Amino acid sequence: MAPILEIRNLSKTFGETRILRDIHVAVDPGNFLVLVGPSGCGKSTLLNCIAGLEAPSGGHIRIGGRDMAGVNPKDRDIAMVFQSYALYPTMSVARNITFGMRVRGIDRAVQERKLAEVAEQLQIGHLLDRRPAQLSGGQRQRVAMGRALVRDPMLFLFDEPLSNLDAKLRVEMRTEIKRLHQQLGRTMVYVTHDQVEAMTLATHIMVMKDGAIQQLGTPAEIYRAPANIFVADFMGAPVMNLIPARLRRSGGEARLEIDRPGGTPIVFESTPLPGPLPDEVILGLRPEDITEAGRGGDGPSETVECRIDMVEPAGADTYVVSSLGGRPVTARLPPDTAAEPGAVLPLAFDLSRMSLFRPKTGERLN
Amino acid sequence: MTDQPVPLSAAPAGMRVTRPRLRRMALRAGLYAMLAGFAAFYLLPLFVMVTTSLKGLEEIQSGSLVALPREITFEAWSKAWSGTCTGIQCEGLRPFFWNSVAMAVPAVILSTLIGALNGYALSHWRFRGSNILFGAILFGCFLPFQVVLMPMARVLGLLGLAGSIPGLVLVHVVYGLGFTTLFFRNFYVTVPGELVRAAKIDGAGFFRIFASIFLPLSLPIVTVTVIWQFTNVWNDFLFGVSFSQAGSQPVTVALNNIVNSTTGVKEYNVDMAAAIIAGLPTLGVYVLAGKYFIRGLTAGAVKG
Ligand SMILES: Nc1ncnc2c1ncn2[C@@H]1O[C@H](COP(=O)(O)OP(=O)(O)OP(=O)(O)O)[C@@H](O)[C@H]1O
Ligand SMILES: [Mg+2]
Repeated sequence: MAPILEIRNLSKTFGETRILRDIHVAVDPGNFLVLVGPSGCGKSTLLNCIAGLEAPSGGHIRIGGRDMAGVNPKDRDIAMVFQSYALYPTMSVARNITFGMRVRGIDRAVQERKLAEVAEQLQIGHLLDRRPAQLSGGQRQRVAMGRALVRDPMLFLFDEPLSNLDAKLRVEMRTEIKRLHQQLGRTMVYVTHDQVEAMTLATHIMVMKDGAIQQLGTPAEIYRAPANIFVADFMGAPVMNLIPARLRRSGGEARLEIDRPGGTPIVFESTPLPGPLPDEVILGLRPEDITEAGRGGDGPSETVECRIDMVEPAGADTYVVSSLGGRPVTARLPPDTAAEPGAVLPLAFDLSRMSLFRPKTGERLN
Repeated sequence: MTDQPVPLSAAPAGMRVTRPRLRRMALRAGLYAMLAGFAAFYLLPLFVMVTTSLKGLEEIQSGSLVALPREITFEAWSKAWSGTCTGIQCEGLRPFFWNSVAMAVPAVILSTLIGALNGYALSHWRFRGSNILFGAILFGCFLPFQVVLMPMARVLGLLGLAGSIPGLVLVHVVYGLGFTTLFFRNFYVTVPGELVRAAKIDGAGFFRIFASIFLPLSLPIVTVTVIWQFTNVWNDFLFGVSFSQAGSQPVTVALNNIVNSTTGVKEYNVDMAAAIIAGLPTLGVYVLAGKYFIRGLTAGAVKG
């Protein structure tokens, strides 16, 4: 199947500053690509390039197999939802939704029918006569979605559509967007800097930093095997533990060794390391890969006695913070754990799930 | 006053006047007295004008300047409107009043519309050099009238509009554009750019976005611009006296002629009535739309 969206070698500069470089990506029909990255990394700029609101400085964009160079936004078969919703302030909800169709001179009867369909789908039928200023944030969000949905485009673009909503509404609307995606089966590109949103919505995630792609993959790939320290640190909450470690070599084999405050270094004896590695590495482990020894975890793991610095109950789980290699280390424990600050607790490290990074460059080693 | 704090003590309110309260009331009274004084100072000329215009000539010559008219007569008004002489012609202010209307109405409408378009383009359709262009337009606001007289006369001559009302309209539109552009640009920069982007994706172009999204938002700033432009164009004397001829003079020029060129007895009552007539339209515009003027000056474009 030909990809709906194909970007090759895209770059964008504003004056002297490079905002985007070497962007390569292909999105297959029905996929949900999330662009995620810190503020100012160029996510909106990339989305605007796809929409035709900004002209790329180099490279190609194809939508539905058609080259988009010089094609107007209105002729790209796209719809876009904006962070500020961008509802036309002097028009009623109904006129906001039908504005595009009126501009295109679509038959009145068709307009009415599509408006009714979308209003039904988003349950905004009772709001149609109101002005945007008379709506709550969540309602405005729905209207903005409605304006995109009536287009029935090949490609949907979303620029942080939920970032102005409060936490509860954000979760609700997130579910709603996911439901819409499954219902419509349309291709979507979605910008956010919220990594939870990225994980829950995406079929594919593109992590960006300073205008360059850091990693492109499925949520599971990004989560389990981050391509570098930046991605490891950015994706996942609480964040991945990144522990400085050394290699202790004996014979042909190497073992990980980690400093411990006021004690002998820990050596993970039973876990041989793969391939050629530098002498110093950063060990990455998710909090859920460190558990209370002797409970549940049946895989091969290394047990270490750790002094607990802090206990943070979070409802379904309890997070326990200790310290290794001079860094705080978070473990995810069941909520009924007996762990207490100051006590010593044996923690099981599941090193089969570890990530290893080169300290200087941050790149992944295994 | 209702916003006075209610005393918490058991004594019935109003029975005891405390010292700080007394001082506050004295300050209040002083303040109002001062404001009344200022108001009287500014209203006095208007008062003199109105009373004088309602007196007969003998009464003016015999009585005091600030005295109320003993006998009210509207003769001076009707003479000012349709009888008094402006130079050789003796038809009163009427034809010139309509000249001013024919000049001010199109000049205000055109300069407001073009200013709105300029402001829209300069705020949301940035192009190479748009900031420099805006700077140049802004500079036009600070050019003194006198500087443009000669070049303008030449241009009007070349266009064949010299001495005509359309010529005056052109002069006022060109001269007003700096201000109207500035007003609209500063108002429109507060409209979020995402609105324009959304409309572009919806398929609307430059003019459609202007007409469907920007114009409906613009009532406050249109009010400000219209009042500003109307006041300036209507009250203008220098352009009027420089670029008009016998049949096309605006009311300000005619007023000057009445006051300066009457031979024989000075008809102060007619002069006063004529001055009031000439000033009435701007006063009317301000009374009708003044409320929106203040509101428009402080309004942002998009609420909520
Ligand atoms: N018109 C412009 N001229 C110059 N620089 C710009 C322009 N638009 C954006 N930039 C710069 O490009 C960079 C990327 O901006 P962009 O809006 O794409 O970031 P973003 O990833 O969407 O950030 P956020 O999460 O805050 O929305 C920023 O450093 C910004 O300052
Ligand atoms: Mg952005």
